[in-house]
Amino acid sequence: MPIKQISVFLENKCGRLASVTRTIGDHDIDIRAFSIADTTDFGVLRLIVNRPDDAVQVLQEGGFTVSMTEALAVQIPDQPGGLAGVLELMQDAGVNIEYMYAFSAKIGQDALAVFRVENCKVAEGLIRAKGIRVLGGDEVYGL
Amino acid sequence: MSLIWNEKYECMPRPELLALQNERLRETVGRVFYEVPFYRRALQERGLGPDDVKSVDDLDKLPFTTKNDLRDNYPYGLFATPMSEVVRLHASSGTTGKPVVNGYTRHDLEVWAEVMARSLTCCGATKNSIIHIAYGYGLFTGGLGAHFGAERIGASVIPASGGHTKRQIMLMKDFGSTILACTPSYAMHLALVMDEMGLSKSDLKLKGGLFGAEPWSQNMRSQLEARLGLMALDVYGLTEIIGPGVAVECPEQNGLHVWEDHFLFEVIDPDTGRQLPPGSFGELVVTSLTKQAMPLIRYRTRDITTILPEPCSCGRTHRKIARLVGRTDDMLVIRGVNVFPSQIEEVLLRIAHTEPQYQIIVERRGQLDELEIQVEVSGQFFSDEVRRLETLERQIRREIEDVLNIGVRIKLVEPKTIERSEGKAKRVIDRRQL
Repeated sequence: MPIKQISVFLENKCGRLASVTRTIGDHDIDIRAFSIADTTDFGVLRLIVNRPDDAVQVLQEGGFTVSMTEALAVQIPDQPGGLAGVLELMQDAGVNIEYMYAFSAKIGQDALAVFRVENCKVAEGLIRAKGIRVLGGDEVYGL
Repeated sequence: MSLIWNEKYECMPRPELLALQNERLRETVGRVFYEVPFYRRALQERGLGPDDVKSVDDLDKLPFTTKNDLRDNYPYGLFATPMSEVVRLHASSGTTGKPVVNGYTRHDLEVWAEVMARSLTCCGATKNSIIHIAYGYGLFTGGLGAHFGAERIGASVIPASGGHTKRQIMLMKDFGSTILACTPSYAMHLALVMDEMGLSKSDLKLKGGLFGAEPWSQNMRSQLEARLGLMALDVYGLTEIIGPGVAVECPEQNGLHVWEDHFLFEVIDPDTGRQLPPGSFGELVVTSLTKQAMPLIRYRTRDITTILPEPCSCGRTHRKIARLVGRTDDMLVIRGVNVFPSQIEEVLLRIAHTEPQYQIIVERRGQLDELEIQVEVSGQFFSDEVRRLETLERQIRREIEDVLNIGVRIKLVEPKTIERSEGKAKRVIDRRQL
C-alpha cells in the first residue's frame, strides 16, 4: 500500500517553513520524513507525518496550499551499496523515479526511503516482485 | 435571420439614420443650452450658441462631460426638465463618494423600455418567452431596466431580483424560464449552485442570456453557454446615460450595436481628447440624443473600446463597438504599450479554469518599466512537482507576453498574500516614481 505524502507550496520568504511546521506541531502531528524542492522564488515542502489527513486539514485551515499524493516507503539495507542495489532493481523493473528522500528512523537494521513514482500501485507490484520490501501506512505513520 | 424588435429604426439606412441623429443632436444642444446652466456656461466659454452645432460633424466643438461634473452638480444640477416632469430616479452604487443620479421623464422611460426590448430581442426574446430577471431591483438600473424592456415585448416576466439563489433555480426550473437576464458573475454563481443541487442545463429551458453591468471575458461566455445551455450576449449601459441598453451584442457575438438613434458615440484618445478612427482603442464617449430629464453631452464613460466599422450580417445598420476591454482608470502604460488587467485575467482564467487571484506590480528599473505578475497558487494550480509549477509559470508568461507584446515576470505566491480590501483584491500596484 502506498503511503500518503503531503506537499505544501511555499514562497521563498523568511519564516514560511517555521510557520508550516509550527502549524502541524501545534496539533500534535509528528513529522516522519521531509524534503524540500526549491527554485529561486518558491519551494515545495514534502512531508510524511503520523496523521496525514489531519495535517492536510489544519494546513488548509491555516491558509496554505496543500495537496496529498501517494508515495512508496521502501526498506533499504543500511550498508554500502544498499541504495544502489535497490535503485538497480527498480530500474530493472522499469520504474521511473520522480524524486526520493530518506526517513530519519530505521526499520531494525535497515534504512527507509520515500520514492515518488509515476504510478504507485503498479510500481509497488513491480518492485515487490524483485524482492524489495515496501511498507504500508500503518507501519510508517507509527514509527 | 434573427429576430429584430424595431426594424424601421434598427435597420434604418445610414443616410436616414445620420439625418435623424443631426436633428436630434440639434434639439439636445438647444435644450441643454436653455435649460441647464452648467452647459450654457460651458458652451458660452467656447463661444458656442445653440445654433452652432448643425450636425454630428460639429460634435468635437462641444465640451466633454465628466463624472466629476456629475458629482459637482449632484443631485439635480444637470436636469433639463422641472421635477414635475421627472417620474423616476435611479442612482449608481457610488463606491467612491456620492452616487451618480439619473432622472427619467415618462418619455425617457419609454425610450429605455424600447432599447431594452431591442436588446432582449437580440437574445431571442418574444412575447412567448418567460424572462427571468435576476438583476437587482431598486436604485440600480439593471432590474427595472430589463423589467420594462421585457414587458414591452409582452413576455412573461419573473421579477426575481438578486439573492436566494436556490429558490431562483427552483423557479427557473418550475416556471420554464427561457431567457435569463443578470450580471455574468451571478449567472456563473447560478451555474455553480445548480451543480451543487445536482441539476444541469437539461433541467432548465434556457435559450438566451442577456448579461451585463460588469466586464466579462470570452472565456466566461463559453463557460456560461456550456453550463446553462444558452446563447450568452453582452449588454452595455451606464446609469449616467440611461442604464442597460445603450449597446448590445446581436447573435453574431462579434461586437455590440450601439442604438445610434438614441445614443451618439465617439471613441477618443483619453489623453488628448481627439476622436480616434475605427480600429484604434480609446475611451467611449456618449451623447444623449433623446434623453429629456438629464441629457448629457459627450459624456466620458472611461470605458475602453474601439469602433468596428464593418456592416453586420444581422441586418442592423447601427455601428458596433468591441466588447469593453477595461476602464481608463485601470489602464497602465508600460513601455508605451497599453495594458489592461482584464487581458491578464483572461489568460489566467484560460489556464486555471477558475478565477485566480493575481496582482500586477509595475516598477521602473533605470529607464525601463518592469511588469511583475504575482499569481496565487491555489488548489487547481498546485502540483507537488516543481517541474510542473515551473512549466506553469512559463506557460503563463508566454501566453501573457503573446497578448501584451511585452516581457513580463511571473511570480507564484502563496494564497492570501495579495492584499484585499472589502473582498476586492487590489489588482495593480504602480511603484514607478513618474
